[in-house]
This record gives sequence, C-alpha cells and structure tokens, in this order.
Amino acid sequence: MKKIVKLVLEDKTTFNGKLFGYPKSMSGEVVFNTGMVGYPEALTDPSYYGQILTFTYPLIGNYGVADKDYYKLLESKNIQINGLIVSDLSKSFSHWRAEKSLSDWLYENKIPGIYDIDTRLLTQILREKGTMLGKIIVDNNEPKIYDPNKCDLLNEVSERKIEYFGSGDKIILLFDCGCKNSIIKNLVNRGYKVKKVSWDYDYSEEKIDGVVFSSGPGDPKKYGYMIEKVNHFINSEIPMLGICLGHQLVAISIGAETYKLQYGHRSQNQPVIDKISNRCFITSQNHGFVVDSKTIPTGWINRFENLNDGTNEGLLNKKLNVITTQFHPEASPGPVDTSFIFDEFDEMIKEKSFTQRTQR
Amino acid sequence: MMKDKIKKVLILGSSALKIGEAGEFDYSGSQAIKALKEEKIETVLINPNIATIQTSDYLADKVYLLPVTTEFVENVIKKEKPDGILLGFGGQTALNCGMDLVKKGILKKYKIEILGTNIKAIEETEDRQKFNEVLAEIDVKYPKSQAVNSTADAIKYAEKIEYPVMVRIAYALGGLGSGMCSNKAELKKLSDKAFSYTSQILIEEYLKGWKEIEYEVVRDKYDNCITVCNMENFDPLGIHTGESIVVAPSQTLSNEEYHKLREIAIRTIKHLGIVGECNIQYALDPNSWDYRVIEVNARLSRSSALASKATGYPLAHIAAKLAIGYGLHELKNTITKTSAFFEPALDYVVVKIPRWDLKKFRKVSRKIGSSMKSVGEVMAIGRKFEEALQKALRMLDIGAKGVIANSQFEFENLSKALKSPDDERVFAVAKAMESGYSVDKIHKLTHIDKWFLYKIKNIVNIALKIGKNKTKSISISNLRECKQFGFSDEQISILTGISEKNIYKKRIENKIIPAIKRIDTVGAEYPAYTNYLYLTYNGISDDLQIKLPKSVILLGSGSYKIGSSVEFDWCCVVSGNTLKNEKYSTVMINCNPETVSTDYDEFDVLFFEELTFETVREIYNKINPLGIIVSMGGQIPNNLALKLSKNNMQILGTSPYSIDRAENRSTFSAMLDMLEIGQPLWEKLESVESALKFAKKVDYPVLVRPSYVLSGAAMAVASNRNELEKFLKKAVNISNDYPVVISKFLSNAKELEFDAVAQNGEIISYAISEHVENAGVHSGDATLVIPPQRTYFETMRQIRNNSEKIAKELNIDGPFNIQYIAKNNDVKVIECNLRASRSFPFISKTLKYNFIDIATKVIVGKRVSKTKIPLFDYEYVGVKAPQFSFTRLDGADPATGVEMYSTGEVACLGDNFNEAFLKSMISVGLKLPIKSIFISSGPIESKAELLESMRIFKQLGIKLYGTKGTADFLNKNNVKTKILHWPLEKTSPNVMEYIQAKKIDLVINIPKNFNKEELTNGYTIRRGAVEFAISLITNRQIAMRLAESLFRYNETEIKIKSMDEYRI
Ligand SMILES: Nc1ncnc2c1ncn2[C@@H]1O[C@H](COP(=O)(O)OP(=O)(O)O)[C@@H](O)[C@H]1O
Ligand SMILES: Nc1ncnc2c1ncn2[C@@H]1O[C@H](COP(=O)(O)OP(=O)(O)O)[C@@H](O)[C@H]1O
Ligand SMILES: [Mg+2]
Ligand SMILES: [Mg+2]
Repeated sequence: MKKIVKLVLEDKTTFNGKLFGYPKSMSGEVVFNTGMVGYPEALTDPSYYGQILTFTYPLIGNYGVADKDYYKLLESKNIQINGLIVSDLSKSFSHWRAEKSLSDWLYENKIPGIYDIDTRLLTQILREKGTMLGKIIVDNNEPKIYDPNKCDLLNEVSERKIEYFGSGDKIILLFDCGCKNSIIKNLVNRGYKVKKVSWDYDYSEEKIDGVVFSSGPGDPKKYGYMIEKVNHFINSEIPMLGICLGHQLVAISIGAETYKLQYGHRSQNQPVIDKISNRCFITSQNHGFVVDSKTIPTGWINRFENLNDGTNEGLLNKKLNVITTQFHPEASPGPVDTSFIFDEFDEMIKEKSFTQRTQR
Repeated sequence: MMKDKIKKVLILGSSALKIGEAGEFDYSGSQAIKALKEEKIETVLINPNIATIQTSDYLADKVYLLPVTTEFVENVIKKEKPDGILLGFGGQTALNCGMDLVKKGILKKYKIEILGTNIKAIEETEDRQKFNEVLAEIDVKYPKSQAVNSTADAIKYAEKIEYPVMVRIAYALGGLGSGMCSNKAELKKLSDKAFSYTSQILIEEYLKGWKEIEYEVVRDKYDNCITVCNMENFDPLGIHTGESIVVAPSQTLSNEEYHKLREIAIRTIKHLGIVGECNIQYALDPNSWDYRVIEVNARLSRSSALASKATGYPLAHIAAKLAIGYGLHELKNTITKTSAFFEPALDYVVVKIPRWDLKKFRKVSRKIGSSMKSVGEVMAIGRKFEEALQKALRMLDIGAKGVIANSQFEFENLSKALKSPDDERVFAVAKAMESGYSVDKIHKLTHIDKWFLYKIKNIVNIALKIGKNKTKSISISNLRECKQFGFSDEQISILTGISEKNIYKKRIENKIIPAIKRIDTVGAEYPAYTNYLYLTYNGISDDLQIKLPKSVILLGSGSYKIGSSVEFDWCCVVSGNTLKNEKYSTVMINCNPETVSTDYDEFDVLFFEELTFETVREIYNKINPLGIIVSMGGQIPNNLALKLSKNNMQILGTSPYSIDRAENRSTFSAMLDMLEIGQPLWEKLESVESALKFAKKVDYPVLVRPSYVLSGAAMAVASNRNELEKFLKKAVNISNDYPVVISKFLSNAKELEFDAVAQNGEIISYAISEHVENAGVHSGDATLVIPPQRTYFETMRQIRNNSEKIAKELNIDGPFNIQYIAKNNDVKVIECNLRASRSFPFISKTLKYNFIDIATKVIVGKRVSKTKIPLFDYEYVGVKAPQFSFTRLDGADPATGVEMYSTGEVACLGDNFNEAFLKSMISVGLKLPIKSIFISSGPIESKAELLESMRIFKQLGIKLYGTKGTADFLNKNNVKTKILHWPLEKTSPNVMEYIQAKKIDLVINIPKNFNKEELTNGYTIRRGAVEFAISLITNRQIAMRLAESLFRYNETEIKIKSMDEYRI
C-alpha cells in the first residue's frame, strides 16, 4: 500500500511528494542549501540539527552512501536532520565506495524523506519568508511539533563525553558547539592532540596551547552563557579559533552585535575577500545570523568580507591571538580554499611566521 | 593599470568553421570585442569568416577578412600598430598563429603585448612534454608518457609501456590525429600520418574505462582563482570530450572527489600562471581515488562556451576583462550583478550531445574516438537527467524522438555496437536494454558509469510500461511521469498509439504543462535577475510571469551541422537587433551552446529549448506573442511553419502555405510550369520503374532529390542505370513522407544564386552571385563570386524577371533565395527557399546593404522602399569559398558533388577577382607558393579544357607530374609532365610515394565518373593529399581559376585592407 506524504509549511503552503527513507511524520525548521555535492556530509553536520533540509540541486543520492570505514569520516556520528526534501531522488546509485542508497541510510536512522518536490519553488518561498517551521506528514499522522527556536540547541548537540583525538605534545581544547569531524581532522593533521569537550566543561586549571569554538546551530544571542567562558580565553591570550557559531560567540563576547540576514548564506559558493592580503576565496557557509561590522570594537580587525553582500566574514586580533571565520575553513561539504586558516592558527600557536604572513 | 595604457587591441579569429573549431569562437570573439569596447579600447579583428557575428560592422572598429596566418597578421600589425593582442579567443588557429608570431619575433619587433595568459604558459600547456614536467613540479599526476619526434621512437617507447597505447598530438585540437593503438602496425600508420603536420607526438598509457572530467577555471593577475563549472563525460576516457555526451555539473563524483579535483585545478592553473579562462581535463579512476591530468587548454574552448551557457556565467566577457588587467573581485557578473569572483550553483542538470553528419559521407568510418568528427552540438536543460537527455536527443534534429521510440536506428550486432562506439551508441544502449541486456553487462561493454545507465533504464522501463497495454490509453499519473522523464507527446503517441493531438488534449485538461524556470547562477539562494530560461515538467510553478509588450518569437537554427551553421545565427542576431530598434520585445528559442544568439545580451528573453512543434507551442502559450519568425534560422524553423500556423499560431512574414508550396519540389515545379519559367525536366517519382523509364527518356545523368532537405541530404546524380537504382533505395527511405523528384541533370552549366527581399510579392532589393564551379557542386560547397564575372547581362535580366514572377505568385513577404542554372542564355530554376539563405551574410556584408535588417522590417509589416543595388559596377570583388574538414573524417572521399560536405566558409574582398579569389583560397588552406603540381585530369574533354591552365602553371615555373593518361596528353601538347604511376599499380615512381614524401604542393584530381577502378585510384590520391596536408583541387573550374589568378596576380602584392576600406 503506497503511503501518501506531503510537506506542510508554517504558512500552510503544501507540497505533495513521494516518500523515501523512514515512513514517519516529522517536524522541524525547513532550511535549504544550494551546494551541488556532499549530501552525506551535510546530513551529518550538527548545524542542521533538528532541521528539515532541502537541496536546491535536484539530483540527490547519485553516489549513494559509503561503507562503514568511510562513514566514520563523515561530520558526526549520525544524521542530524529531522527530514530531507529533494526533487529527483536517485534510487539506484553508483560509486566504488558506496554501500547503500541514501534512502536506506535514512531508513536505518528513522528519518523520513520526501521527493518529487519543486525544491526551487520551495527555496524561493523560504528565502522570501525566512526559514519556517514545517512538517513532513506521512499518511496524515500529525507529528508532534518540534520548534528548534524554543530549545537550547547548543546544549542539545554538544556531546557530553570528553574525547581525545590525535597525538602530539601540544593540546587544543575544542568546545563542541555542534562540532564537525573535519575541524578535528584539520587540527590533528597539523600534529595536535585535540581534547573535545562539551560547552559546559569546567576548564579551570589545565595547560592548553590553543582553544577552538566550533560551528553549530542556532541564534548566538541565545547563548549568552558562553560569553564569560569565551572572554576568559580571550583575556588569557591563548591562541583561539572560532568557526561560524564559534565566530559569532566571540563577536558577542567582545561586545559586537549580530543580526538576522535578509538572505541567509546557505551555499558552498560564497565569495569572501581577505582584506589584509586582498586575496579572494570561495567558501562553504550555512548561517542566517551575521556579525554587524559596524559594532566591532577597536583592536579587532574586520578581516574577511563577503564579496556579494559585504557582510562580515571573520575577525582577527593579533594581540590577543584570536582568529575567527563566519565561513567554514574545514569545508566538507564545500571548497577547501580556506584551509590555510588552520595553518594560521597553527602558526599562531607556534608564534612563527604568522605575524609577517598576515601583514602582507 | 594596464587597461589604461592599452589603447588598441588586435584580436585573432578562428577563421572558417571546421570540425573541432566551430561557432564557439564566434561567441568568445564577439564577447571579447564587446568587453573591450566597454573600456573604450579600439578593436581590430582578423577573421575571414564572413558569416560570423564578430565580423559585423557594429562590433570591431576594424575588420580584416584575411587569412589568420603569420604573414597576413604581420602585415595587419604593420598597418594598424596595436598595443596588445588577444590570442585566446580564436581557438587553436589563433593560438598557434600567436605562438608563431612570437617565435618569429614579430610581436617583440612591433612592441605588442600579449594580453592575458603569457606565451610561456601557453607553450607549457601546448607542448605535452613540457606540460608533464610542469605538473611534476607541483606533484600533480599525469599519464605515464613519452614525447617522441619519430615513428621509430614511438614504437620503441610503446613496446616499453605495452599496447594498447594512446597517441596524442601537440599543438592541435579536437584530438586531431590522435588515437588508441593496440599494435605496432596501427601505431606506425598513425604516427607516420601525424608527423606529416606535427613535430611532436605523445605515447601514453591508455587509461581504459576511466571517467573523463573537466573543470573550467578562471584566474586573474592577482592570483584569484575559481572554477566556474565542472563537467562529466557520459562516455569514458578515450572518446574526445567534443565527441562525448557531457553533463554539467558532474553527477557521479562525491564531495571528496569533486573538491579534490577542484583544488588540483586551482593549484595547477596558479602554477602555470594563466590569466583569463582555461580548461583542465582529468581522467578519474572509477575504482579508486586515483586520477590523472590529461591536458590544460590555455584559451577559451568549446567546453568554455558550453560552461558559459550551462551556468549563466559570461566566461568570455570576463576573460577579456581579466586580460586587460582587471581582478575578478573588481568585476561583476554582468548578468546577475553578483561578484565575478563566484562559482555558479546550478539547480538543474545540463546535457550536451554532439551532432555528427557522418552518414552523408561515402566510405567514412563512423567510429568515434579520441579525435573529433562531430560538426556541432546541442545543449538541453532539465531537472532530471532523463528529461535533459531526451530533450537533447530531439534537439539533434536527426529524427530521434528521444532515447526510445525511434524506428531509424538498427543494430545487427548490439554487443559490437556497444563495445566499439559510433555516433549512435546511446541508441544502442537503449535498444540493448529493451532486448534485456542488464546494466552490468552494458557497463562492462561500454564502461559508461552505471548511474547513467540506470537513468536510461528508467526511461526504457517507462516506455515498456506505457507501451504494454494496447488499449490505446494512458493514465494521468503515467502521462505526468512520462513528461517528467522527458517524453515528448509524439513519443508517447508512438508508444501508446494514442494520437499526439489527444495526448496534448489530455495534458491540457489535466494541467500537465511545463514550468518556466530561470537560470540564475545562485540556485535561488537570493534573487538574481537573468533573461535566461528553460522549461521543465519537474516543477509546479513558473519562476516569472513574462509580460512582454509587442513580443516576437524568433526560432534559431539549432545545432550546427553541414548545411546549416553560423550564417543562420548571424541572421537571427541581426534580425533580433532590428526588432529591438523597431521597439519589439524579442524572444529567442535555440538549443545550440556555440551560438551568439544564445548569449545573455542579445535578446530580451532566451529560451534554451527544443525547436520542436510541441515546445514552441508551449512557449507560445506562455507568452502569447504577436507572432513567430521562421525565416531566419534555416531549415528547422522553415519546416515547422505550416504545422505551427495550422495550430493557430501566428507566423510572421511569408505565408506558411507559400513556404510549403516552394519546399515541396513537386508542387513547386508545377507552379514553375504554370508561370512558364524554365526548369530542368523532372518527374515525381512513383516507382523505381517509372524513374528508370524517365531517365531513359531524358537520358543520363539524372538527379534524384527528396523534398524538405537542406544541404542536399540523400541527393545524388546517377550517370547510369545501376547507380540510379542504388541511390533510389537510400533516398526514399530517408524521408518517405515527402515526395521524391527525379530530374535531368544539366552538365557544363553555370549556377547562380538569387538572394532577395520582397514585400507583398514585390521585390525590394536583390543580389546575384555567381558560382565559380559549374552546376553539380552543391551551392554550399561552391565558390561564390560577387559581382558575377562571366554571366551575360541577358541572363541576369531573365533571372530577375523570373524571380519577380515567383515572388508575386508566392506573395513573398521577407527574405528568399532562388537557385538558377544558366546555359547559353537559357536560365532554369532549380530551387527556391522562402527564408534567409546561407549567402545572406555574404551578400549583406559584401554589398554593404543589410538584407536581413530590411527583411525583418518587412516581416513585421513596416513599409520599406525599393533599393536598386548595382549589379556590376563595384570597385572591388567578393569571393566566398568553402572550408572542408576531410582530414578529420577518416575514409571520406574528398570530392564535391550535389550533396554538401563543407563545414564552413570564408569570404574575402579584393580589388579584383584574382586577388579576392587567392585570399579566400589561402584562407581555406591553399599553401603558396606552389612549386610542384600533380594532376590527373579525368575525362578527355576536361583534359582539353585544362590544357591552357597547365601551360600557365608551367610558365610559372611549376614542376608538373601526372598520371599516365594526363601526362601523355600534356606532353603530346608539349607541356612537359613527369609520369607517376597510379596508386593501385604499386610500381615506382608512384604518386603515393611523392605525396607521402611531400614532394608535391598541390594535387589536382578531377573525378572521372563513378567507375569503380578509377574511383579507388582517384580516391586513394585524394585521400592521400588530405591526410598528408597537401592542397587538393577536385574541380576543373577552380583549377583553371587558380592558374589564371596566379598568372595575372602576384600573391606578394596582396593588399591589406579592412572591410570599410572597400567602397562601392
Ligand atoms: N592517456 C589516455 N588514455 C585514454 N584516452 C585518452 C588519454 N589521453 C587522452 N585521451 C582521450 O583523448 C581525447 C583527446 O585528447 P586531448 O589531449 O584532450 O586532445 P585535444 O587537445 O585535441 O582536446 C581526450 O578527450 C580523452 O578522451
Ligand atoms: N538539374 C540539375 N542540373 C545540374 N545540377 C543540379 C541540378 N539540380 C541541382 N543541381 C545541383 O545540386 C545542388 C543542390 O541542389 P539543391 O536543390 O540546391 O539542394 P539543396 O536543397 O540541398 O540546396 C545545386 O546547388 C546544383 O549545383
Ligand atoms: Mg587541447
Ligand atoms: Mg581536450
């Protein structure tokens, strides 16, 4: 018996489609991304926690989902989204590393998907009305409403368990605000031992060489409770890297403002200029809130800027050893143009050439 | 900044369209010119291709219709003294010419700066050995390979790395001369041939079954670098990207693979120091992370034209700006106003399919491989691969209904058809699936990635599903599914037996209509305006409501193919400009990524769509325009006219009923009889018997020709009974729904082109151009001269009078063309096209009177006044010459006939016939000076006719060789000629030895008749000439004209004059 499935948005807009993945109704905030590759990476990115994700690229599932060992390399232990919306689902897949179809993967994780949807139209609606709540309804079973805006997402995604990665005498304390594995990978590859801790970890008395505030979901303003923690490290002048949400946390901690963008950055092709070197990069991004450049306190350099809408894309404070980026230098999914950010962080810790490098 | 000190720039074009170098370079060249004009930089263009948009008077400040060769370019430089030169916008022709200019120190001598990518980078990419060394420096992987300069070394290295090996040619494009060799013999043959035109070949490990991936990369002088688009070849490595079905973006690459290759692309291009646009090609192992870089093309290419049309990113325009010193971050995408430092996000899939014309050629090998044979391409856009693929197959205009439901493709041995690919492989795949081949089996045979095969399987399954029930009905859900998977109404009709009409009715009743989607480069992330649209059934609402005041739809020409090419794109673009000036909104429908008509800045709205009845109607319904113009895009729109009008769509210009009357040779001939206008004796062909009877009556040779064909498809001359029988089979099964006509073939007659514009049946203006060849050479392959040189005034008068009668009878409103045959002041009509013809750009630009502009005004009902264009008294002469691509068509017989074979054309102006003639001959490859000629002059009467010319050649101190018959004849008439033996005689001195040793500069070979023996001998000689890059003439009148011109005109005095320096 074929199941009837539809997508219903907060404003009652309804899309009829076909079911894939797990046959159950689910609700969440409906968001989109225009990246053309990397659905396994996106689905496991905690920034999408509790959201119903749609890709504007219509053909999804082409290369299936990779085998267990490769799986480990994805962005987190499991699928983070509440539901998936696609236009043209590839039931059959083809890739030498592929083990199962996207649909089977979602099924195993009990996540529903809906396809045969005009995702371009859906995206146009979302971009104009701003992201909305929505639900995937299977056989008219109303799901219980889940509104991420009403919960403390950071707290939900931040893993309690302390984990260590890599080896090396220098230690980096990584605050998991919804961390992606590639952030860890980038640090480990540069010879660091990474200690991943939850947001509320008591950091008081231990020797570390660097600290990282990871990317993650939600509105930074909600996480006032992080300010004190962030400031502690800023003042201690321990080399610090903030990515996406991490960047925004640093910004509010130093007294800058954030606001909601009219059109959020939800793509892998965001052009960014480094105003120090005058070099441009293509970056992967996923954020609706942004730091207001006009509110950045003195002593902090508004280093990166978006070439399309001119919004702030990152900060630098050489005196206090802080680098932050609104974009994702760890990419995955997306272009790797800005992986040099990790090199700079590395150099900052080693205090080598960093200074000259950023003086260009 | 550089752009401030650059005042004048020289741009090299790519000359005539040929296989491997087609319309894409008209697109890139004209974009470059526009970009420079915006900067107030003076532009000088050298390109003898008169049919292009870039040679129009409103673009470059100065246009030189001259050969793109070092000598001519230097002379232009001497005269114009430009500060900079662009080499990246005219394909390999421009690039190679540029490298030669550098080698000869000419650019240095005149202090000319190469704009964009510097010469070092160009050489490092073109010299395949150097290239590999450069890649090694940044540890990027390339195929195990060795550059060699002799066949011996080639074989030595091949044995070392083991067969099969891949052979590749330096400084070439379109894979010219390259190929896979599985043994010594094959390698020797290929490499001997290759060394006849190149100094270096590459012997490489053959990467069987690897994926072929391309990235289009843009870099500025500040080292900012992006990849605008990546593309995946449906066909695995080994089939040239220009011969492959290509999809954008890549479909089977994971994030890791996509971005790994992207990073390597950027690393490589930065290391090479490219400034502007380039293309990098990869081989990707389908079973590991392994990869190889195949090549970098440091210039705009076919792929960049495709990428530009596929993404909406104006690559050529931006590349030109970067060349004069801008940085990407300082520029905006002129379409979307986003930063030019930006990588488009597609929310659709693009499929490109090459268009081949191989079936036209006798003896040609239809196998496809690493060297190009296709003459054009189409591009389709959809939101499913299946949708785009089926659209694209229909766009090809080869009669395919889509992947399936085609009657014309038959395969006696499917496995073989899959294993050794030819131009119909994709249909073989579908057939194989129908007959139960598994995806795995097909994959093993073809190495096509299974993902693509699964998709084709989806199509086949749906076809089987809806085909099953013979109840002549289809459920609404099935119908919707069909449309989503790209089935046309006609296709569904064939599969279900329901009439196309009823399927359409059912669709409309159930609101199954396509949605208009926009190509906005940002995947709808934020609003971005473009005028660039497509239709899809995988969408539920239009992106925009099109409300255009006074809108007119122009139908484009579709894929370039033999007989329909850039000349019709010129007509469309010019017509569009006139419409704009007349305050109409313009809507273009076309599907050819190599065109200017599909540029973002030419029309108010562009639908990148099928030129089929169904699609045109859907678009018509969406925007209900004032009407449709069908007379600019060549034969495709022409053939749609009647059906569109019968379905209540407004056709502007000449009535479709008149068009039909003229196209149908049978009704047309009847009309001529009624008007008492002479025509060759003819008869409607009922049966083979009646045909033979007719032939007997009028006596051979006779000509068989079907209606509604362009470029003489399936048309042929039969000089005797069994030839006639043979041809009839071929012709009749090609277009059985149209009447076939058989007519008396007139030998030794003149042929003339009458091109004109009429209003309400009154001729407004006309031009007459004369063929240098006698009738019997297709008008598209003929050498045209204007004004006529050897035609009686009386003949011209008759032509005008007849044409006036015809224009009146058909009440023509717009452009038209009539072909006449004239023999001692008796003129006969052979055909009439009620549309712009191939020669419109030529006559318009030569006579400096824009026939298309006038025609367009007429079509939209504006009154225009008669203009008398002088017939004879000009201060100059224009000669249009055909460009053939026989080198690339293994086995094809390089002889002209009633079918068209040329792929392009040039035209040059001169102070007199001889100068213009020589210029255009040089432009299409004639190499001067000529020191030795080999001649076999065919039938005795032609021997006699050629005698004088041979005497002239002798006087010019040219050494003559000939086959026995010819040599004896010449010697008897004391023109000293050395005898060379026929190829088949296998005895020395043999003509083939001389050809291979390049001891001959020009081969004149006049085919006698189609007598077997002579054919194989003559054929071998002609083929030899082509393969060893020796100039070849197969037509008597051309040979005589050449002798005359060389005698009367010293090529060293050829004048360097721009178009505007020739004044009427
Ligand atoms: N090592 C190889 N093994 C198999 N096929 C190859 C190899 N190198 C090139 N090819 C094929 O030959 C085609 C033409 O080679 P390429 O260098 O691109 O010539 P061109 O410069 O004329 O485009 C490529 O598109 C590819 O399909
Ligand atoms: N009766 C004839 N006698 C001699 N040559 C002819 C005759 N009819 C046609 N031809 C030759 O065949 C060529 C192609 O014929 P045409 O009707 O123009 O075909 P198409 O419609 O493809 O242009 C003409 O250009 C002319 O050279
Ligand atoms: Mg090349
Ligand atoms: Mg190539």
